[in-house]
Amino acid sequence: MSALEFDHVSYRYPEDDFDIIDDLSFSVEPGSFHCVVGVSGCGKSTVLRLTCGLLRPKSGTIRINGAPIQGQSRCCGYMPQRDLLFPWRTVGENLALPLEIRGGYTKAQRRELAEAALEDVGLAGCAGKFPGELSGGMRQRAAFARTMLAGGGLLLLDEPFSALDYLTRVSMQEWLLEQWEKHRKTILFITHDVEEAVFLSGSVLAVDQTPIRRLSEIPVPALYPRTRACLARPEMAELREELIEMLRRQVEV
Amino acid sequence: MNRANRGSLPALVFLFALLVLWQLGAMKVDAAYILPTPVQILGRLWELRGPLFTVHLPATMAVTGLGLAISLALGLGLAAAMDWSPLVRRCLYPVVVASQTIPTTAIAPLFVLWFGYGVWSKVLVSVLMTFFPITITVYDGLRSARTEMTELLETYGATKWEVFCKVKVPCALPSFFSAVKMAVPISIIGAAIGEWLGAQSGLGYFSRRMMTQLDGAGVFAPIVLLSAVAMAVTGLVGLAERRIVKWRGES
Repeated sequence: MSALEFDHVSYRYPEDDFDIIDDLSFSVEPGSFHCVVGVSGCGKSTVLRLTCGLLRPKSGTIRINGAPIQGQSRCCGYMPQRDLLFPWRTVGENLALPLEIRGGYTKAQRRELAEAALEDVGLAGCAGKFPGELSGGMRQRAAFARTMLAGGGLLLLDEPFSALDYLTRVSMQEWLLEQWEKHRKTILFITHDVEEAVFLSGSVLAVDQTPIRRLSEIPVPALYPRTRACLARPEMAELREELIEMLRRQVEV
Repeated sequence: MNRANRGSLPALVFLFALLVLWQLGAMKVDAAYILPTPVQILGRLWELRGPLFTVHLPATMAVTGLGLAISLALGLGLAAAMDWSPLVRRCLYPVVVASQTIPTTAIAPLFVLWFGYGVWSKVLVSVLMTFFPITITVYDGLRSARTEMTELLETYGATKWEVFCKVKVPCALPSFFSAVKMAVPISIIGAAIGEWLGAQSGLGYFSRRMMTQLDGAGVFAPIVLLSAVAMAVTGLVGLAERRIVKWRGES
């Protein structure tokens, strides 16, 4: 059974006169790490927003763990581009937010879960701080911890590191792989950074045309656990160039 | 605090210079019944302290307090309703704006006919002047909530009410405090205008009575008291704001 399955899904933005997602079918197996790469504005974020229920498909069915997403709640954790930690809540209160909305936890339970999640992402002792006191990388980790608490075995990450500086981004990528290997959740990660996609994913889902009619699955020839050294291997470099070439063709058109 | 004091130093020096100019000018004109000097006004304030502080200040404060409370309830309610439903917004927004084109001072004498010389005719003037800035400012504050934050809560399965409480209300808090800081002086002015037009007590009424007696310093004394109170209350609201809204100016 697939962790996520698109079955002939179409979607059209109200202001458009064409389907940006056109009869798209693909599936993702449980516990995998996929990166969706594509040029800006190609509709890759739309795929994620459809999955987490913020948009409703025009036709077709989206299934998570075999069941249609309508009627399922909290089946996935969505982490948007910016960390979106609420500045008026402490980091701990931010993490407790999805639990508050789910209900059924006492305040003490929520705090305990939030503190455990923070410790898990390497932010032990930050629960009482305000988001403004954290660095960019720490904020993303806190946002990731909040996404994990939102529940579900499927994490949808929409360019989470694109706003970080290069060195922070590199260490956050390594950190994310560690987290994934520890928790073995299914991750769908959107990026326009080919190197990031090649380093992180088991196989890359490339958007090779707009509107999106298919996602071409390209396996990455490297095993986990990975280090950045693997990026220098010839077959990895070749894959990277191939993907860049494919994306550039679309920009030039 | 220290820095704040240093920040207001130029303003204080400038104000003092203006007062000195006023003092010198008024001494030259030498007609205290139309242009009293600041020193004369302070002296009169001291002489009149009995009736001013025990009768007229409490009367005006009662009107201001009632007016402010009603304006806040009305303004917050309207803002929330307009944010909640686009239909309500389309119905109310133009009416609220149009209500401000009515010259309140011109029709206020009617309020005295309708509600008598008691407290309510003044409260109505105060409310009519105050609820508008509160409504518009708080409504804009609620609108300022970022859609991304709202969407994030929706992916957690939040209801409209939860989104309102957890995103919109905190987002609107800074605007709320701005609204209150604006509303305090306006409601005091509204109360004073109401009293000026017809009342049995209050600082506005007292100022007018002094006018009929050609007591220039007596006209100014309650006005000085009014602005001092307005500044003090606004300052208190500012203090409360700094305690509650710690994140202002951040993302």
